[in-house]
Amino acid sequence: MTDKKPNLDDFVPKAGEAKGPYSAGDFSADLDYSGDTAADGTTLDDIDTQPMYINIGPTHPATHGTFRVYCKLDGERIKKAAVDIGYLHRGFEKIVEHRKYNQVIPYTDRLNYCSGLVNNIGFCKAVERMLGIEVPERTQVIRVILMEIQRIMDHMICVGANIVDIGALTNFWYFFNAREKLNDVLEALTGARLTYSYTRVGGLAWDLPEDFRERVKAALEGIPKAIRDVTGLIKKNRIFLDRSRGVGVIDAEKALSFGWTGPCLRATGYPMDLRKVRPYYHYDQFSFDVPIGANGDVYDRVFVRIAEMEESLRIIYQAIDNVPGGPINVDNKDIVLPAKDEVHNTMEGLINHFKLVIEGVKPPPGRIYDSIEAPNGELGFYIISDGTGQPYRIKVRPPCFYLMNTLKYLIEGAMVADIVAILAGLNIIAGELDR
Amino acid sequence: MGMKTDTYTKNETGLITTRVDAMINWARKNSLWPLPFGTACCAIEFMSVVSSPFDISRFGAELVRFSPRQADLLLVAGTINYKLAPVLKRIYDQMPEPKYVISMGACASSGGFYDNYATVQGIEQIVPVDVFIPGCPPRPEAILDALLKIQKLIDREPSPKRGVDRRHELAEKPGDE
Amino acid sequence: MANSEQQKHDSLAERVSARLGARVLETDRSYGDLVFVVEKAAVHEVLSYLKNDEKFDLLLDVAGVDCVKLPEYRERFELEYILYATGVDHRVRVRVPVPEFALDVPTATDLWRAANWAEREAHEMFGFVFTGHPCLKRLLTHQQFEGHPLRKDYPVMQGQWCATTSSLEEELEE
Repeated sequence: MTDKKPNLDDFVPKAGEAKGPYSAGDFSADLDYSGDTAADGTTLDDIDTQPMYINIGPTHPATHGTFRVYCKLDGERIKKAAVDIGYLHRGFEKIVEHRKYNQVIPYTDRLNYCSGLVNNIGFCKAVERMLGIEVPERTQVIRVILMEIQRIMDHMICVGANIVDIGALTNFWYFFNAREKLNDVLEALTGARLTYSYTRVGGLAWDLPEDFRERVKAALEGIPKAIRDVTGLIKKNRIFLDRSRGVGVIDAEKALSFGWTGPCLRATGYPMDLRKVRPYYHYDQFSFDVPIGANGDVYDRVFVRIAEMEESLRIIYQAIDNVPGGPINVDNKDIVLPAKDEVHNTMEGLINHFKLVIEGVKPPPGRIYDSIEAPNGELGFYIISDGTGQPYRIKVRPPCFYLMNTLKYLIEGAMVADIVAILAGLNIIAGELDR
Repeated sequence: MGMKTDTYTKNETGLITTRVDAMINWARKNSLWPLPFGTACCAIEFMSVVSSPFDISRFGAELVRFSPRQADLLLVAGTINYKLAPVLKRIYDQMPEPKYVISMGACASSGGFYDNYATVQGIEQIVPVDVFIPGCPPRPEAILDALLKIQKLIDREPSPKRGVDRRHELAEKPGDE
Repeated sequence: MANSEQQKHDSLAERVSARLGARVLETDRSYGDLVFVVEKAAVHEVLSYLKNDEKFDLLLDVAGVDCVKLPEYRERFELEYILYATGVDHRVRVRVPVPEFALDVPTATDLWRAANWAEREAHEMFGFVFTGHPCLKRLLTHQQFEGHPLRKDYPVMQGQWCATTSSLEEELEE
């Protein structure tokens, strides 16, 4: 597996060294006042202070969804923190037990709503593996292209919001403008702006339009410039470096114990990417690198995501010119709806359509766990089927659930202003966290 | 900015108060300060509305204020579940009058397709709503249209009655538009 | 790739049965995955063997299941631990049948810190009691919620109003 540090000239820190170019001392050293004494011999312990409790409540300006962080402060330092989630718990796992497999797809859209297609594809991949079918080549390459486009869009929102929380608003607009162009392409393809629901069990809902390749290439043209603009603004910015270097540091072993996957784990230096380790949909035939960080701080998480955007661009350019022809759906009448002219003109087509819509796709009884590399980490689905058209149990393995678990330990000991920087670097999407 | 002599100002000194009313309402409607109570996917669509392609600041509602004391338009964007319901009520209560509520999206208006143990089936059970926007998520143009409807609502507000529950009085009569 | 996955499954199954013999009730191989069905008393031993000796360093998920409507099952509830060894790229599951009136299971938080919230969620959704867990409280539903929503006998549309937000004072002191 090839390692690639983020593409920055002299600002790549060595492992274990979290120093910035302008600071004189070590960031992680606590400002230690304990030895200070005043002229009359009193120390800091003699001052009668009380801890202060603040609540970073369910609604807050950092645009990351609803959860609550309750902190006990001593001055600006956080002594203890408690994290409360569940403010967007929508009962996904209960309600999908009353729906058919194809009806579950819109529910999966709203899990990680910044990259809805990735969730759709992950779910369909698990169900298709359960059915024992393999989608045609054309569908596999199209799914790869869509997943990489969504990866770029998700990272844009995450990095944009991360930098906004640190204080720089302009980058957000650069990324959002580039993202709107990609969104236009996906809207022309699927009909929706955010919750696409484009995949179906056995393939895709409909085929690509003829000018899809040109549209995608035109939309991707603005992205390298946006990335260059943003990195140019923050790379050497004193404020950004001070607020992100050495903040929220975690090492790889502790991160693995907490269940981290995805770009946050790669920022700690651990090179694990499901697209390289367990390739699916011909990922092993595309050439791309996996960027890893050195220190596991907020700075690394931001730049790992930016570097991953560039790698996704490489994959899309390789794939978009080589989309094979052929059908997009599996040729199996028990899984895929028949064509409309068959439904309207033949009796068998009508009955087939009726049975598929009323009874649904029926995988054989059994249990399966399957996962993909979502932009946030490993998104897994544990599906139990009892042979009927409705799933018996679907458990989602959300990547940011385990990242949020760690938040308490990352912010205890840090300052209040660091909470937003750390939180934004973890890319917490409440739809996925609470399901 | 129409200068209609409405029926309920018949008994007051008509001309001066309606002109002053119209001017005050014009100023108020073009400077709404929204409070985006964004929870789920609709919040991302709201972020798109605020960004340059769909610019909400052309209608004056650019200053999003996350503090309820400083806002006058509560924009509930996303699913509200039972855990978040007391928070929504408290935020609504903390806003000063006159205040308006837009319920954005299917989940806020009626629970969406989450008809289960966790989701409030419509925020009308908690706060009074002025405009509902359907859609999942609604297009940014639909959100701008809702803002224009709120502006039209504000236009019809007469000054003596401001602050009283005005919904049944200001309902659109046939012939309005 | 499929062959080497099966080889890894075979060699691991041999080692586990050699080391832990009677604790493992059954080894399941559906869909090419390896699943060890383990009785409740031996869960901690099996999991710590897998973590320390077999290097399964990533706990992917802890899934609770209410099996009451399945055609056949051992006990009413089941817990499934999904483990992954990042060094050798190997994924296994450990399934634990849990009887309905003896829902206490030893916690795995001393092995993987990821189990902290995963077990809290399994507790609130099904009612498992993880002995030794540092803070076993509700996570996703509100504090005034009664019942365990993901059980099959909980009606899907029965919502419960919440009157106040919860105070997190006790949780701070954990």
